[in-house]
Formats: sequence, C-alpha cells, structure tokens
Amino acid sequence: MEAFFSSLVSVAFHGVAYGMILYVISVGLSVTMGLMGFTNLAHGVFAMAGGYILCSALARFQMPFPLALALSFVLVAAASVVLERLLYSRLYGAAELEQVLFTIGLIFMSVAVARLVFGTLQQPVLLPEYLKGPFTILGREFPVYRVFLIVFSATMIAGLWLGVERTLWGAMVRAAVDNRAMAQSIGINTRRLFTITFAVGSGLAGLGGALGAEIVAIQPTYPFEQLVYFLIVVSVGGLGNLRGPFVAALLIGITDTACKYWVPQFGAFFIYAATICLLLWRPAGLFGSRA
Amino acid sequence: MSAVLETRDLCKRFGALTVADNINFRLEAGAKHALIGPNGAGKTTFVNLLTGLLAPSSGTVMLGGQDVTLLPQSGRVKRGLGRTFQINTLFREMSVLDNVALGIAERLGLSGKLWRPAGHYAAVREEAMSLLDSLAIADQAARRVSDLPYGQQRLVEIAIALGLKPTVLLLDEPAAGVPSLETERILNALDSLPKTIAILIIEHDMDLVFRFADRITVLVQGEVLCEGAPQEIANDARVQSVYLGERRA
Amino acid sequence: MKHPVGYGADARLRWTEWLPWVVAVAVFFLLPEYLSLGARVLTYILFALSLDLVLGYAGIVTLGHAAFFGTGAYVAGILAAKLGVTDPVIQLLASAAAAALLGLATGAVILRTHGLAQLMLTLAVAAVCLEIANKATALTGGADGLSGVSVAAIFGQFKFDMYGRTAYLWCLLLVFTGWWLVRRVIYSPFGATLTGIRENSVRMHSIGAPVYQRLLTVYTLSAAMAGTAGALLTQTNQFVGLNVLGFEPSGEILVMLILGGVGRLYGAFVGPLLFLIAQDYLARQFPEYWYFGIGLILVLVVLFARGGILGISDAIIARMGRKS
Repeated sequence: MEAFFSSLVSVAFHGVAYGMILYVISVGLSVTMGLMGFTNLAHGVFAMAGGYILCSALARFQMPFPLALALSFVLVAAASVVLERLLYSRLYGAAELEQVLFTIGLIFMSVAVARLVFGTLQQPVLLPEYLKGPFTILGREFPVYRVFLIVFSATMIAGLWLGVERTLWGAMVRAAVDNRAMAQSIGINTRRLFTITFAVGSGLAGLGGALGAEIVAIQPTYPFEQLVYFLIVVSVGGLGNLRGPFVAALLIGITDTACKYWVPQFGAFFIYAATICLLLWRPAGLFGSRA
Repeated sequence: MSAVLETRDLCKRFGALTVADNINFRLEAGAKHALIGPNGAGKTTFVNLLTGLLAPSSGTVMLGGQDVTLLPQSGRVKRGLGRTFQINTLFREMSVLDNVALGIAERLGLSGKLWRPAGHYAAVREEAMSLLDSLAIADQAARRVSDLPYGQQRLVEIAIALGLKPTVLLLDEPAAGVPSLETERILNALDSLPKTIAILIIEHDMDLVFRFADRITVLVQGEVLCEGAPQEIANDARVQSVYLGERRA
Repeated sequence: MKHPVGYGADARLRWTEWLPWVVAVAVFFLLPEYLSLGARVLTYILFALSLDLVLGYAGIVTLGHAAFFGTGAYVAGILAAKLGVTDPVIQLLASAAAAALLGLATGAVILRTHGLAQLMLTLAVAAVCLEIANKATALTGGADGLSGVSVAAIFGQFKFDMYGRTAYLWCLLLVFTGWWLVRRVIYSPFGATLTGIRENSVRMHSIGAPVYQRLLTVYTLSAAMAGTAGALLTQTNQFVGLNVLGFEPSGEILVMLILGGVGRLYGAFVGPLLFLIAQDYLARQFPEYWYFGIGLILVLVVLFARGGILGISDAIIARMGRKS
C-alpha cells in the first residue's frame, strides 16, 4: 500500500512536470491556430530549436543557465518573425491541405538541418550544480530540476494568463479570435497582431523545448515524434483559448506518465484511444467553441 | 388549403441570443410567399432551420404534413424541399453543367453509381441543359462556374435548386447583387414553374417582393411581427415603423 | 493533362493514357537489373492512387493513410510467416479485406469530424496501429520486423524468382487493375459526387446527397487499395518492418502524390516514380540533403506549383499552344 502510494505521488509529480512542458510548448499553437486559422504542424520545430539552443549554450559556450534559457526564447521568437513574414503570411487563408503540406515541408527541412549540424545523437543537458540532486518535500525526495521546472512554468503560465487578461495586446488577441472582421473594423492592425502573437507563441515553444530538454530528448526527429502530442493538446483543449490546452496538457502528461509506469507494454495506446473517444464526444475539444 | 411547410413554436438560441423566437409559420401549397425583415432579423437562420442545416432549440418543422424536425437535410430534400443560398454556394471548380447535373442525378437516385461514366447518363445531361436553357445560360454550360460573372452565378444557384424539382422552394435573396436583366430572367423562370410549387422568398428589393408575392411575413428580431397580403403589410403601421420606415430614413 | 470528369466529360481512353503501360512493359524487357526498384515504384503507385482517391478527389486531408498500407503489409506477412498461408492471391484478398474493415471502422469515426479534429484523428489512428505493431511482438516481431515471409507461386504457376521478374509483373498487373478501378470510379456519377463534396459540402447536403455515406464508401475503398499495396510490398520484400506504419510513410506518400500532382490520377504515377528513383540514388549517400530536398520541394510546390509536376507540364503545354 505504501509502495503504491509512493508510486502514485511519483507519477503525479512527473506527470505534472511533463504536462507543464507540453502546455508551454503547445499554448502558442493553440492561440495561433485559433487566431489565424493556420494549421502549423511545424510548431515542434520551434521547440526543438529552443532545446538545441539551450544545450549548445550550456555545453559549448558555458553560459549560465538562466541566460541560456532566455536565449532559447529570444532567438526562436526572432527567427519565427522572419519565417512568419516571409513564408507563413503567404498562406493565411489558404486551404488546409496547403498549410499542412507547407509545414510538413518545413519539418523535413529542419530535421535535415538538425542532423547536419548536431548529428543524430540525443543532446546532453548540462544542468548547473544548483539544479541537480534531490529536493526533500514532506520526507520525500524529488529531483530539484523538475521542481524548478514546475514552479518556473507555473509562474510563467500565470504571467501569460494575466498578460492576456489585462494587457491591450491580450484584449486585441481575444477580440481577433472572436471575430476577426470586427477587430479589423475597429482599427486593430491584425497583421502586426499576428506577427507578435506568432512570435510570442513560437518563443514559448522554444522555451518549452529548452525547459523540457531533460524530459523530452532533443534529437533531429523531435518535430515528427512529438507532433502527435502537441496536436492532441491543442485539439483536445480546443482552439484559441488558454485554459483548455492547460487542462489537456496536464491530463496527457499525467496519463502518459502513468501508462508508461504501470502498463509500459501498451505504450502510448491509451492516450491515442482516449483522444479518439474524446474528439468523438466533443469534436471541438473540451473547451473549444468551434469544430 | 393545406400547409406544405409549417413550423410550430420554432426556437433557436445561440447561448443567450435568441435568433428564432416561437415562430409559427405556414406555407400553403402553390403560395408565393415573401419573408422580409431588417438585417439581423433571423431570416437566413429561419431558412437554415427549415432545411435542417441548423437544428432548432425547440419546436417542430412539418413538411408535407409530417414532422421532419429530426430528419437530416438529405431526407428533407427527398421530400421536396429545395433551397438557394444568400451567398453563392456553388461547386466553383466544376462546369456549369455539372453544378446542375449533380443535383438532378441525386434526385434520380443515380449519383451512387460507380461503374459507368457519368457522361453515359444522357437523361441527366439533357435535363440539365434544358434547365440551363430556360434560364438562358445554356451557352455557358461547359464553362467553369467560377469564371462566370456574378449575376450568371446567381442563375446557376437557382438552376441547381430547380433541378431538384422541389415542391417547396426556399429562395434566400436570389436577386442580391444581380443586374436587372438577370432579375427578369429569375422572375420569368419562377413564373414558368408549375403553379403547385410553394415558394418562400427572402428579399430586400421591395419592388421585387411586391411584384412576386401574394403573401408576406415580417420577421423582426427572430419574431413574427405580422403576416398578410402585400397591401395589408404595406399599410401596416408597425411594419412601416420598424422596417419600411427604417429603410426610408 | 488534368482530364475533366463529370457529366459533360469524355471518358474514353486517350492515347497518352497508354504511355505508362508501354513504359512499364519496356522497362521489363530493357532494364532487367532495375526490376526490384520497378516493383517498389509500382507498389507505391498503387498506394498513391488510393490516396489520390480520398485526398485528390474527395478532399479528405489525411496524415495517416499508412495505417491501411501497413495493415495490409502485416496481414500478408503474418499469414505467410505465422499461419502458413502462402498463396499470394489469398494474402492479397485478406490484406485488402482487413484494411477495408479498418477503413470502415475508423472512417465511421473520422468522417464525422472536420478540420483539425479530423487531421488529428487520422494521425492518431496511424499512431495506434504503429503502437500495436510495435508492442505485439509475438505476431509482428516488433522493432526487429517480421521475416520468414514465404510466398507460393502465383496461381500455382509463377514462382517469385530471384531476378524479381515475377514480382514486377505481379505488381504491374495489380497496379493496372487498381488504375482501371480508380479511373472508372472517378468518371462515374459517384466520382462526380466526390468532387462535389470536395468543392462544397454545404451545397452537397442541400441537394440531398448522403455526404457521410459517400465519404465512408470511398474511404473504405481506398483503404482496401492501400492494403493491397501493403501486401504487395510484403510479397516482393518477403519482410515487414515497422517503417510501413506511422507518420513517416503517411507523410512520404503524401509527398509523392503532391510532387506528381494531386487529383490528377496520373500524378500518382509520376510522383512515386521520381521520388523513389531519387531516393534510391540520394537517400543512402546524403540522407540529410535528401530530407532537406523533400522539404524544400514540398514548400516550393505549395508556394509556386500547386498542381505538382503534371500541373507544371500542363501550364507549359497550354502556353506553347497559345504561342503557336
């Protein structure tokens, strides 16, 4: 009984950590898909890029961890602006198939580049000493890094939610998700709004990829392998909102961890099966208003 | 006379917004009925409730004396309900002929056939051609519909509905954005239909409404304000204040 | 050429439509050392044809078509390696039936949804299949793959020889049959209905078409074809690996079809041919550049050449016609 309780706590802890990562990565995808109606399958590329930036900054350039983390956000956000202006914006309003193909193309290219630059091996994450080792809460030991990860992510998510609730940018995003034509007619520059939102969403994905590099291995096939998970979070959570993907990400993080812990022989089977059932029940997701 | 299409206490709500509020409506066989009302009165929503594109929050829709509230769109079409859309809803990359032929084949029960080429079914093609001829666009039959000028696309929109040989025809602003020549063609085509067909037309062009309709229903904020012969409606003080008055202003 | 289909179309064969078959037979006699590559190309042509039916004609965007291809491949493999059913015709029929059943069952769910949910579900179905194949090691061999696939002589007469001659002709026969079937379907009233659904499903509903049933029919048919293609792959390779399932083969067949030209019937011929020949030369030597190339081609096709290679050739022919 004691052993079961102990594993329960362990699964919940690691599940939440994984869920947080999933959310930080996927939230940008949910907002940009809801805002621009763009099916961006290449979102995982930004997360992978963030992971590579962090790993390289730590291993090759011996940067302090906070700086490396900040860099993974800033560089990815900046690169995404270029991509958005040059390429993505050409396909706003295009057919779903074209967006799907275009972003799959981007995935293929980024996978190739990652292999060319970093090789096929998984990147090691050289954590600083203060983030290593165990951390004792109520007589139980937890890895310090994961505690940090949960606390840091939670703080950032709270900041993001406040930002969307309280700032002008957030108000504009919410207005444009609800009714783009109306938002335009009251003078919101939706073009700039798209670019900024895309950059923030991609930057967050970069940050999430960096934070989670220790959990989700950074390797060239990352955008392909993780795509299903990001899409599950977004489609189960519902497009264009912040709460839905959060609940979905935590659910998936915990379920996935639990399945891998208790019934590893089934792999990710339950996650997929549950997703299929859930989308049958609510095609627009748990909190989505639109199909 | 008996009603071919009837609604009883029909309601539709989107959250707190009520867009159809207890609508009781009767369309008699052979009637030429117009539905008018200011923008946002819920006219198109009402048509969508009739065709089954939207499910009502409560109330019933009766078609030919039978309750069709739970029937999907295809079932209602099979029972004689045809419609056109306010915004052109066409098969843009297909030819004008195919746009019309698809509906005809569906009516004749041929469209599930997957062996012989479609061109083999000459009866479908001939019926489509004669229909296009009656709307004076037979010469455009082979063109891609998206290459046609807007007014002619409106005619295709109507031709598709007529190809279903409906007993009840719902026309959602058929003449919106159409040059007057094509408006005449539309009216002529409607005049030449069998007199037993009941037509419900939604229209903003009051000239057209008064020329065409022998009965008018006024819808305001999802509710039926009043119903009557054209002269009664034109003289109704409430209608003038909420609708005609607003338009003159 | 993109041939018009529908009620005003001429469904007779044009002389150009014989070209692929003339080329295929010529390869058999003139390039005997390429027959195994040829059989592979033919297999993927059949797979691409099945995808063109759902994606190009009915407009269902799927990221999981390999679910059916892989199911067909594994059913044939398990029959041959585990159950001792070595007759190739029975293997093909069983594979097609199993894939069709999977198509019917999953299509019944997937086709009720739209947009992101639909995309997600196609991906999830393929992922579930991969997961099952990966974990059911007793049947599938898991990550090691399924070897020991034995295939008896076709109709008791034609043995699979080491030069791949029988395999090539067997694939050719099945591609020809598949092409002929797809061609009949797309020119038929049913095919016209599919195009109508792709163009405007709202209107399709309003003319009384049972849209869902039509989509389910074509989805099942396409799944059966993809399953047949998978079984062909098993028979010619005498091995099944996990790489027939999941997102990557689904993505690759999509790339092949897009490259050739989607919704054009013969795009499904041109795309796999070029893709697999290029892969044969490039992928082993320069895997990084190969993947980069696929990605670049996809991006370029979407941005500049939405009809694929056949679309480009159409445009060139049209321009030359205007000049002369």
